[in-house]
Amino acid sequence: MTTLTATRVEPQKPWKTTPKQAIPNFLMLGLALIATIVVVAVTPMKGKLAYAFLFFVFGTSFQMFLTWRKRGKAAAVDTFAGSVMMTGGILVFLPVASLLWTTIAKGFKGLGLHVFTQTMATTSYSDPLSKGGLLHAIIGTLYLILIATVISLPLSLLTALYLTEIKGRASGFIQFLVQAMSGVPSVVAGVFIYAAILLSTHLRGSTFIGALPLAILMIPTVTRTSQEVLNLVPNELREAGLALGATQWKTVATIVVPAARSGLITAVILGVARIAGETAPLLFTLGTTDKVNWNPFVGGQNALPYYVWSGLRDGTEGGVQRAWTGILVLLIVVLSLFVTARVFGNRKAKR
Amino acid sequence: MSSTLVNRPATPEPREITTKPRPSDIFFRGVLTTMSLSSLLILTLIGLFLSFRGYQAFKTQGFHFLTAYDWNASTDAGQKDVFGLGAMIIGTLVISTVALLIGVPLSVLTALFLTFYAPEKIKKSLITIVDLMASFPSILYGLWGFIVLMPMAEYWAKLIHKYLGWIPVFSVPQPAFTRSPFIAGLVLAIMIIPIVTSVSREIFGQTPLDRIQAAYALGATRWAMIKAVVLPFGASGVVGGAMLGLGRALGETVAVYSVLNIVFKANWHVLYGFGGNIASMIVQKWGEASLSESKALLAAGFVLFVMTLLVNLLANFIVRRTIKSGR
Repeated sequence: MTTLTATRVEPQKPWKTTPKQAIPNFLMLGLALIATIVVVAVTPMKGKLAYAFLFFVFGTSFQMFLTWRKRGKAAAVDTFAGSVMMTGGILVFLPVASLLWTTIAKGFKGLGLHVFTQTMATTSYSDPLSKGGLLHAIIGTLYLILIATVISLPLSLLTALYLTEIKGRASGFIQFLVQAMSGVPSVVAGVFIYAAILLSTHLRGSTFIGALPLAILMIPTVTRTSQEVLNLVPNELREAGLALGATQWKTVATIVVPAARSGLITAVILGVARIAGETAPLLFTLGTTDKVNWNPFVGGQNALPYYVWSGLRDGTEGGVQRAWTGILVLLIVVLSLFVTARVFGNRKAKR
Repeated sequence: MSSTLVNRPATPEPREITTKPRPSDIFFRGVLTTMSLSSLLILTLIGLFLSFRGYQAFKTQGFHFLTAYDWNASTDAGQKDVFGLGAMIIGTLVISTVALLIGVPLSVLTALFLTFYAPEKIKKSLITIVDLMASFPSILYGLWGFIVLMPMAEYWAKLIHKYLGWIPVFSVPQPAFTRSPFIAGLVLAIMIIPIVTSVSREIFGQTPLDRIQAAYALGATRWAMIKAVVLPFGASGVVGGAMLGLGRALGETVAVYSVLNIVFKANWHVLYGFGGNIASMIVQKWGEASLSESKALLAAGFVLFVMTLLVNLLANFIVRRTIKSGR
């Protein structure tokens, strides 16, 4: 009688660097660090820039030497390329870290409950930071987002449906137009609404008019994302609907759109994130106020990016500090939109 | 038995099978087609209104509007306005060139790093960070550029001037390095990196796997593989991505306004402390513009609109051709 014994076999990874192989690498990095410090101490090259530059030069050349001894010239070139790419990647991610860090560090100072409950109606930039807030700007931004979404959502959704469901003769052309629209600079959208409405009629800047250029900027983002999402809906679902005798309208309304619902929500959120921080168009169309304005059609309005802009333009210490607080709140809004969009998008992908 | 057969209800009339759409579908398709033309309507309206309102400037200035370097709004009724956008067109091109020269190589390196070098574990989060960069509002870049980047960049500018000052582009008439086109270009470079990176990454990711494996099988190192397979395959895609980035750089307003000392003069010296671009100039002049000047600014907006439209169309053409041909 033979007994079968099951032995658990661990997958082998012969290509993995063993600790013994890794030692020379670390040694070289250590040497590079020492060489950097020595050179900075001896020569007139000083500062963070010198450290970073020299460490890159020494680290790369030492590693290259190592691979050249072991594996020849081609491998040394490969090491050099790898180290350049790594440096390029780090250079891209450094600004993100710096941006987030500065915003949080500087913006946190002015943060407090009063920021969310007070306005700038009776406060000036020279007043202490414990007074005044940006309630009016938050309400203005919410209004702008709401109105821009209400205007742009139907247009974008229907355009996306045309591109995915009808695929008519014009779809190549429409696709082309949507692409072109996504390149319209925000300042042009603002100037356009000014030329078209404020210059032609007696209307003055208001929340509604401020939301129009934002809607223009939002349409291409929402259209393109919705189009991608609708393309993911399996064709079998559409065919099943049609086979049951439903009209195309019924199929789209009761099968395709509900199937793509969470993706469409992602599309809207991405569109909102795109416009929430737009400043340039508001300068032409929003009017301005320091108080809460509940009426979207009459009177000026404020918004978070506009608030930051005014603080920055003011240039005084108080103004810039308030701008940092404003940008922190704006960043929190944008980041939470981004995360929500991700969560919705991932949930869809998992299904 | 037979009687039940006789009493069986008659077979129902066969339904008419037709390809003719039903009324509700005709209506549905009509609504969708009409609505999808809204983008055409908006683009046409933008072009029409800006050119119509700026017509006066085009008419009085003629071709000089694009080539002349002066921008003087007359204060007296008798004097003639002089509006020439030339200096700002040059400024726009200078800043965008700086942005592309810095941003595109970095983006290509990052895209290659993300596609072929980054460990699988952190790859996804790194890609998320690049996407996150794209969603930062431009005023954040402006504020950060002004407060954090400017002091550093000024130091870098001095270094470049010290060692490379003999190159005409890097020379300066006077040692004024603050708020220069170089700094504005640097901020713009950071702003276009996410777009260029994600387009390049997408195209690098489409490199046929069999060719990559063939290169490795022939004994290529990773870099040799990239040089021989990935870069020739993705080159035109990178160009397209760079054009998309250029489209964004041309129209950037707030970030440039925050870091650049906007003076209405042509400035080729990238390290020297003044410059401008069309978009930020519109914002700067808007506040105290007279009616005729604001019309000239609308005309400037029209010029910017046409410029970005052309660049974006070219970019999309290149990117699409690459993706379609899938060489």
